[in-house]
Amino acid sequence: MASVAQIDGSTPVVRRRSKLAKFMENPTIWRGLLAIVIFLAVWEVGARFDEWFGKEWTLPFIGLIPPPTAVFNAWLKIIPQAGYWDSWLQSFQRVLTGFGAAMLLGIPFGLALAVNKYFRDVFFPPFEVLRPIPPLAWVPASLIFWPTNEMSIAFVTFLGAFFTIVINVLGGARTIDVRYLRAAQSMGASQWDLFSKIILPGTLPSIFTGAAVGMGITWEVVLAAEMISGGGTQGSGGLGFFIWNSYMGGSLEQVVVGMISIGIAGFLSSSAIRWLGDRLMPWRRLF
Amino acid sequence: MQTAETTQTPGSAGAGKIGAEAALDAHGVGKSHLQLQNVSKAFGDEWDRQHVISDMSLDIRPGKMTVVVGPSGCGKSTLVNLIAGYEQPDSGVILLDGNPVKGPGKDRMVVFQETALIPWQTTYQNVVFGPKLRGDLKGKALEDEAKRLLVKVGLGEFMHKYPLQLSGGMQRRAELARALINDPRVMIMDEPFRGLDAMSRGLMQEFFLRLFEENRRTNLFVTSEIDEAIFLADRLVILSNRPASVRKVIEIDLPRPRHYTMLNSPEAFAYKRDAMELLHEEAMKSFRTSSSSSTGGKQGFTSASGH
Ligand SMILES: Nc1ncnc2c1ncn2[C@@H]1O[C@H](COP(=O)(O)OP(=O)(O)OP(=O)(O)O)[C@@H](O)[C@H]1O
Ligand SMILES: [Mg+2]
Repeated sequence: MASVAQIDGSTPVVRRRSKLAKFMENPTIWRGLLAIVIFLAVWEVGARFDEWFGKEWTLPFIGLIPPPTAVFNAWLKIIPQAGYWDSWLQSFQRVLTGFGAAMLLGIPFGLALAVNKYFRDVFFPPFEVLRPIPPLAWVPASLIFWPTNEMSIAFVTFLGAFFTIVINVLGGARTIDVRYLRAAQSMGASQWDLFSKIILPGTLPSIFTGAAVGMGITWEVVLAAEMISGGGTQGSGGLGFFIWNSYMGGSLEQVVVGMISIGIAGFLSSSAIRWLGDRLMPWRRLF
Repeated sequence: MQTAETTQTPGSAGAGKIGAEAALDAHGVGKSHLQLQNVSKAFGDEWDRQHVISDMSLDIRPGKMTVVVGPSGCGKSTLVNLIAGYEQPDSGVILLDGNPVKGPGKDRMVVFQETALIPWQTTYQNVVFGPKLRGDLKGKALEDEAKRLLVKVGLGEFMHKYPLQLSGGMQRRAELARALINDPRVMIMDEPFRGLDAMSRGLMQEFFLRLFEENRRTNLFVTSEIDEAIFLADRLVILSNRPASVRKVIEIDLPRPRHYTMLNSPEAFAYKRDAMELLHEEAMKSFRTSSSSSTGGKQGFTSASGH
């Protein structure tokens, strides 16, 4: 048993190494890394121009922001601080609450609009009137409406993703090829079979498109809401407040750290959605 | 639930029982008789009514390959939709072994114009879809039957691939297997080989013909290719221009089993000439009717310039 386990254990390691080697041989990866390195180098040099050549050499825009090395140093200092990670956690919680509620309500609502004409006749017109209102336009109203700051943020965040998800689900479900439904009907499918075996899986790609776009909007809304409500006396935390607070404190390095943190958080969120999509829709992974 | 009821109500199953038994041959293969009597169908509102099928009567005889040809856009797919039960005729009746067709059912399987395999199911899952839904074939028996059919259509090694991973010809064969496992009494094919390259099309025709000649299941085959039609048909039905009705039925008396070289025989050539003449006439009609309304101005121009 033990020796088998060892043999079994050692092969994957070798495999993983060759996989990594292959990964690094891929020109797409190299080009990507090279582009990032050049970008950072240009930023560094541009930002430090005035240090090296004197004040009159301060470049517009790029000369006014801190160089990446300074940002990196600031970051290193912040990383051990619990407050920084609290900001991450708070923003993530808000995004997940708003986004989760939007998915939970938006998917069934969109599907109901798609499959039921009466439902569509009644609910689609008001939906279409409310949809173009930007989420941030809801902020004052929801501050009045909801008892706590936190609930207003959650509500506005929810709205940001909800409309996008619904419109995608509706569009996806309505454009399912009628021949799939007909073929299933010929083979004896019930209404429920048609819904669960054709309409629902057929709408999955649109659900994920809606989720990806909705996730982006959710981050935008959460951060904006955090900045707006965090500007007051008792801050509501989150990465948005972190940026605002750093700006008020005059630490430009920390502002950039906050911005990059949001970039990473957004990237992680959309990667998670993409990963789940690949898992749930293996038929779309063709190569 | 609703669709299952319309296809297999206890009443109709009982009433159709004698007909159903009579419609099967010794091997249990469907040889039903499908009849259209004075069927008409139009689309659109009153002010903009498009008559697509007009007073069509057609006999799709048991155990025969009935091939329908007609100009493009004349209403062939509409005819298929009516027979399959996806659409209802405005007037007239469609009878399957004497019983009126009410909606879609597994006794009439359709192979569609372009692939209608369900993209999120593997080839195997597509094939077992129908029996699994109905529960009339289960477990090992279903698995064996599905594999037997997949091997038969040459997809044994591809059964766990998704439809988009298959070539066009493979998709067509997978769809044949998916239809056959439901053991329909009538097979309905709506230009199933359209879009395939000439080479795969020829191969698919021969493959399909062998499949048909094996057990001679009642078959309705729609196409716009005259060579394909003559190669396959027992009876060749030529449709008129829209609104479609039967222009002529030609009995194709070529021996079976058929081989593609037969298309070069004088008999085949004679059939082809007759059919082409009629089709050309009908196609010209469609050209005339569609252009007559728009050439008014042009005629005015020529006559004016003549003076
Ligand atoms: N559901 C529908 N509503 C309105 N018009 C329709 C509908 N289905 C078909 N038609 C019209 O009926 C006519 C015939 O269409 P159909 O698809 O039956 O022709 P076809 O002979 O199969 O053509 P093709 O050679 O392109 O396959 C077309 O003019 C089409 O616009
Ligand atoms: Mg057609």
